[in-house]
Amino acid sequence: MTVLHHLFEPGFFGSGPVHTALLVSAVAALVAGPLGVFTVLRGQSFAGEALGDIGTTGGSGAYLVGVGPLWGFLVINVAAVALMELIGVQRRRGRDLATGIVLGSGLGLAALFLYLVSTHQSATGAAVTVLFGSLFTVSSATSPLAIAVAGVVLGLLALVGRPLLLASANPELATARGIPVRLVGFVFLLALSLAVALCALTIGSILSTALLIGPAASSLRISRRPLRAIAAAAGLGVAAAWIGVLLAYDSYAWPPRHQGWPVSFFVVALVLVIYLGCGVARRPSRSPR
Amino acid sequence: MFSSFMVNAWIVGTIVAVVAGAVGFFVVTRGSSFAAHALPNGSFAGAAGAVLIGISTLIGLVVCSLLGALGIALLGRRGRPDVATALVLALMLALGSLFLSFSSQYAPAVYSLLFGEILGIGSGELAPTAGLAAASLIGLAVLYRPLMLSSVLSEVAQARGIRDFPIELGFLVVVALAAAMTIPVVGTLLVFTLMIGAPAAARSVTDTPGRAMTLSVAIAVGTVWAAIALSYDTNYPVGFFVGTISAACYLLGRLAAGVRRRPVHTPPSVPAAAART
Repeated sequence: MTVLHHLFEPGFFGSGPVHTALLVSAVAALVAGPLGVFTVLRGQSFAGEALGDIGTTGGSGAYLVGVGPLWGFLVINVAAVALMELIGVQRRRGRDLATGIVLGSGLGLAALFLYLVSTHQSATGAAVTVLFGSLFTVSSATSPLAIAVAGVVLGLLALVGRPLLLASANPELATARGIPVRLVGFVFLLALSLAVALCALTIGSILSTALLIGPAASSLRISRRPLRAIAAAAGLGVAAAWIGVLLAYDSYAWPPRHQGWPVSFFVVALVLVIYLGCGVARRPSRSPR
Repeated sequence: MFSSFMVNAWIVGTIVAVVAGAVGFFVVTRGSSFAAHALPNGSFAGAAGAVLIGISTLIGLVVCSLLGALGIALLGRRGRPDVATALVLALMLALGSLFLSFSSQYAPAVYSLLFGEILGIGSGELAPTAGLAAASLIGLAVLYRPLMLSSVLSEVAQARGIRDFPIELGFLVVVALAAAMTIPVVGTLLVFTLMIGAPAAARSVTDTPGRAMTLSVAIAVGTVWAAIALSYDTNYPVGFFVGTISAACYLLGRLAAGVRRRPVHTPPSVPAAAART
């Protein structure tokens, strides 16, 4: 019993912010897992990372006009995806470049927005909140919106899932079968942008990649079958997020400042541990090449 | 605009632009935009850690970005390179946010690390910046031939006995040095945008490596100069102007390339277009 007491600091289950944090992070991780598997399979980690970073622009813009950060993330990410598609993400070679250009100009805008926020509204914490997230301050009114967005993402994925899998594994075969590869890719990027917005709300815009890529890459290390990998990714993501929330709550009693370590740090650290662990778990079963 | 405290900004801005333009040419040619984005962004952890234990920021940045380069190269060897880059970046950023929460210097420090404060450069920062710039340019010169071969024709490079891993690691170290040098003075954003925008614009205009590299340096220097001038006039952050001008340069380059190519290949046949990409 005392062990449990040490594991869950008093008040963990009764706290309102913790409930919201658990709910929102679980929703984000459940969505990020399946999307992440496709992102890794398609080699579009950079797009996911860029969307997260560009979310900074949306988050700071939202501070500027005074709406919830999730709205800012959503609007800017959809705009960025449309722009990337326009410049030419469909070619494998030019894709990273298009992503980089969009990312660069987006970050330029973010610099301007954050500058305006800090000079006009003297909200100095805004930069840290937007960049690194603060799960415990997410208002409970955000959760219905987060769940709705998650529903849309999973719906989109269900719609294009099978053709997307084929188009990711073998574009030529998919084209021959009459699958509109480019359209499917665009729908996927759209779903990805929404999922990244959810992750950004949870662990901050520049760390959202970890939740998207980490669990998915881990699950692909232990399973080659798409459905199983998707389920494993979602499970690992939720585990990392929840343990992260728990540790962050406990860390209020830890040195050096007795005011809590950031949630995002725990989530990212756990994700990395899981990734390395899955690599070790796989090694014995792999046939020598 | 050219008063005494601005002179440092002009000098450092020019050094940064020259290095970013030269290194960036290879970043674009090798298609390693992601690593070029991850190293400057991630080495922010080094700066935050250095503030925490009270050593020079620059040392923290150099150590951290070199470790990042090593991590990306090693993890990318087995497994997917982009996944390795993403995870290394996330780890470094998470450490940065942890260090930041330990120290009491909050938002202003983050902001200036990420977006830079080129207008507040002291003359004490000139020498280390120039030294690191020289180191990364020398590294680039040493690597030039094998790097070019392995970037453009990796099969031929392998057949010639040039191994991928040392070249990749060496290149990442050069990028890391370039990143570490720029962060304290101009922020992570500026160097990444310059490394991508200027060379991409240059490459869409010319295909000759030497000419493209020269043009890329020229565009980068022009972008930085224009950005500093505009920032001085309007008081808006330099990063905003650099981002916008770089994107505009790239778009202009693409348009120019489109205009230039159209009369040559009429009509552009599908196999030729595929072979070019």
